[in-house]
Amino acid sequence: MKNKLQQMTVPLYAVLTGLILGAIIMLISGYNPLSAYGSLVVGAFGSASAIGNTLTSAVPLILVGLGIAVAFRAGLFNIGAEGQYWMGAIVAVWIGYHFPTLTPILHITLALLGAMLAGALWGGVIPGLTKSLVGAHEVITTMMLSYIAIFFVHYLLEQGPMMAPGFVPQSRPIAATAALPNLFPATGIFSNATLSSGFLIALAAAAVTHIVLFRTTFGYRLRTVGHNPAAAKYAGMSVTRFTILSLGLSGLLAGLAGGVQMLGVDQQLNDSVSSGFGYTGIVVSLLARNNPYAVILAGIFFAALSVGSQTMQINSGVSANMTDVITGIIVFFVAADRLYQYGFSRIRSRVRAKSLERTEQG
Amino acid sequence: MTTLSINHLRKTFPGVVANDDVNLHIAAGETHAILGENGAGKSTLIKMISGLYRPDSGEMLLNDKVVTFSSPREAIRAGIGVVHQHFMLIPALSVAENVVLGSEPGGFHFPKRLASQKVRELSLRAGLPLDPTTRVADLSVGMQQRVEIVKALYRQARILILDEPTAVLTPQETEDLFVVLRKLKEEGIPIVFISHKLDEVRAIADTVTVMRAGKTLHTQPIASASANELATMMVGREVSLNARTSASHPGDVTLKIRDLSVLDDRKLQAIKGVSFELRAGEILGVAGVDGNGQTELVEAIVGMRSAVSGSIHFAGQDITRDSVSTRIALGISYVPQDRQHDGLVLPFTLTENLMLRDLLPPYAKRGWLTPRSAESQSRELLARFDVRPPVPDATAQSLSGGNQQKVILAREVSRAPRLLIAVQPTRGLDVGAIESIHHELEKLRDQGSAILLVSLELDEILALSDRICVLHAGSIVVTLPGEGASRDTIGLAMTGTDPNAKEVLR
Ligand SMILES: Nc1ncnc2c1ncn2[C@@H]1O[C@H](COP(=O)(O)OP(=O)(O)OP(=O)(O)O)[C@@H](O)[C@H]1O
Ligand SMILES: [Mg+2]
Repeated sequence: MKNKLQQMTVPLYAVLTGLILGAIIMLISGYNPLSAYGSLVVGAFGSASAIGNTLTSAVPLILVGLGIAVAFRAGLFNIGAEGQYWMGAIVAVWIGYHFPTLTPILHITLALLGAMLAGALWGGVIPGLTKSLVGAHEVITTMMLSYIAIFFVHYLLEQGPMMAPGFVPQSRPIAATAALPNLFPATGIFSNATLSSGFLIALAAAAVTHIVLFRTTFGYRLRTVGHNPAAAKYAGMSVTRFTILSLGLSGLLAGLAGGVQMLGVDQQLNDSVSSGFGYTGIVVSLLARNNPYAVILAGIFFAALSVGSQTMQINSGVSANMTDVITGIIVFFVAADRLYQYGFSRIRSRVRAKSLERTEQG
Repeated sequence: MTTLSINHLRKTFPGVVANDDVNLHIAAGETHAILGENGAGKSTLIKMISGLYRPDSGEMLLNDKVVTFSSPREAIRAGIGVVHQHFMLIPALSVAENVVLGSEPGGFHFPKRLASQKVRELSLRAGLPLDPTTRVADLSVGMQQRVEIVKALYRQARILILDEPTAVLTPQETEDLFVVLRKLKEEGIPIVFISHKLDEVRAIADTVTVMRAGKTLHTQPIASASANELATMMVGREVSLNARTSASHPGDVTLKIRDLSVLDDRKLQAIKGVSFELRAGEILGVAGVDGNGQTELVEAIVGMRSAVSGSIHFAGQDITRDSVSTRIALGISYVPQDRQHDGLVLPFTLTENLMLRDLLPPYAKRGWLTPRSAESQSRELLARFDVRPPVPDATAQSLSGGNQQKVILAREVSRAPRLLIAVQPTRGLDVGAIESIHHELEKLRDQGSAILLVSLELDEILALSDRICVLHAGSIVVTLPGEGASRDTIGLAMTGTDPNAKEVLR
């Protein structure tokens, strides 16, 4: 228990440092950081609709973050979650507008299963096989496959097979039977607010990921391979097999993120360059130290930063890009956790040396 | 002339007092041995002297001046040279780069040639010849230790501290090390030497200090202490050193090796057509100088290395092509030579390490881990094998070296294997622990397991083996009955001469 708290101290300090340095930058540029942060919090959590927006935006961050955390636990770096997200999105939308006669439960399940399968193939099977067959490093292959997926979206939408009639490069919208329902009731303070039921899927995915990693022999093996491949071999585990399986599981979660985002928010495939989720997901899992439950909190935190930043800009004049600066600082300090340990121990030894001197003099 | 004094040093970890009132005085030019059980706090003490850990309280005096080190760098600058129990080298770098790391010659530009030359000269002068351009990853442990010593000398150590240096050395390498240590002593460099081997301590040290449970108990000149006295003081009870096991009652053949040939990592033939049999209820000792094919033979039997020709039969079944996991399931246990590299997952808890090769009840069931029964099993094993502290949730990393070894033994011995392959099973264990592990092995044998004991320690082979075979250059030179085998005969066979053939010649 104590151990778990200790593991979380570095991320907490990193967040704090990010916010403080952000405040200093605002002060220097002549803004009041208190009112800026105040409006940021209001923008993210100040009303039912703000909360709904924040939690809905957190969904893809949580799902992608979980996927990246799984890969990290296995000692692998899935840098191409962006592409796996898009493959999931493509399949979900395609299934989403094709079978309008299905019942909603069946339709949604089918679309999400398709999305997961697509992500798993794109993230796991192909990079896993190339790694085990020709030794291609997963950082390179997942990244390359990510570009292929993004250009595949362009191809599909710009005069391609999934383009809707007309001149805008976008797909047909999904059928009503495939849309994820709103969790908020349409009455009272909730009347203008929406919370995608994808949020429940994200929570469930975090719980399942946690169980798989820490309660099953599969997860145990995955973590063994991640920590010490030599010991894994000694224990008769196939490192190759676990490379494929863990990258596959990682891609499955990223693909699910794409599917949930399409069925819950976008409702159709748009011709954008990048969602950014693949990269923010890395930040999320770093901040959460690859702990699935902490991924939920980290996802909500970054979603709040981005949702709240709009209000911050309107109310206090601080550019919304300020939150990107804060994110950058946080990432830097999470990644450089050794810096903290070093810093702390130096301060402590200074203090001790001082008190030692004093007792000697006294 | 350097002296080092330590007064009332204390160090705690969460829930553990690792050092508690440690007092030590290292006089100028002496070789000072520290003895103590596994987990007594020896390595912790060394880590404080070398700036890796900061003491909670107490003081250190170097040449009668109080010193505090907040990093290893500062300790090095003060002239403290340390060879740690688990080496601190960077495998991907060359010998020369490792040696000069942190105090490189030249300025911004790193003069590779110059560094190599300096390291070569220094290593020759010290009597520890090294090739400065080899990658450390490609060196044997004995060679890596040389690098550590040369590294300390390069930084102009005025005192040299070695934490269990001989645990990883062959008897010959130990002799070589002692020659170097004696030379350094003549130059006036005091030496602190940690070992569990009492005869070594008596051979090299002038003074001995015994530690137990974090405290220094006693310091005395080595001349006035007998091996048995020291052992009793260390463990707190009488120990019988190297007692011979009882007679065995071998049963059916468990392991049958026929014309086995195996390649090493450089694709050279390391095992050349070896044949032998091992019966249930029998301990077969494999003696030999390190690097004569022991690793390759063992890895072939457990399935981590493939055989180029020949066959391996286990309980009548051909397993030559079977995977590691199949062989584990058949009942083959394996205590590997390098505990931290293959034997343990250091960040895992002790319970997680105990289940490493058995994801079965009581640890797991149908793909699910069963934490509750795993923990009670773990508690039981940690107590039976006297792992300290016996805390299932502790990480393997936090254990002392000897206690890490006990965790591996607990795992491999407790699964009641039909065949146990034990490579240097008591490496790094104190005399009390060695005695109890030898007991466990004897018990396992008497329950009908076959044991292949690979050890560089002749004493261990002689104490345990029912039969002894000697490996030289990838072939078995001779196989002898364990009862009454003489050191001389085995020593001769280790050089490749078959003692029987010699008699025929005469
Ligand atoms: N980093 C750590 N965290 C927690 N406990 C530790 C840590 N390092 C050492 N300990 C504990 O401190 C005690 C002393 O350990 P130490 O490594 O000094 O023993 P040792 O005398 O060197 O034993 P050995 O002969 O087995 O190497 C042990 O109980 C060990 O579990
Ligand atoms: Mg030690």
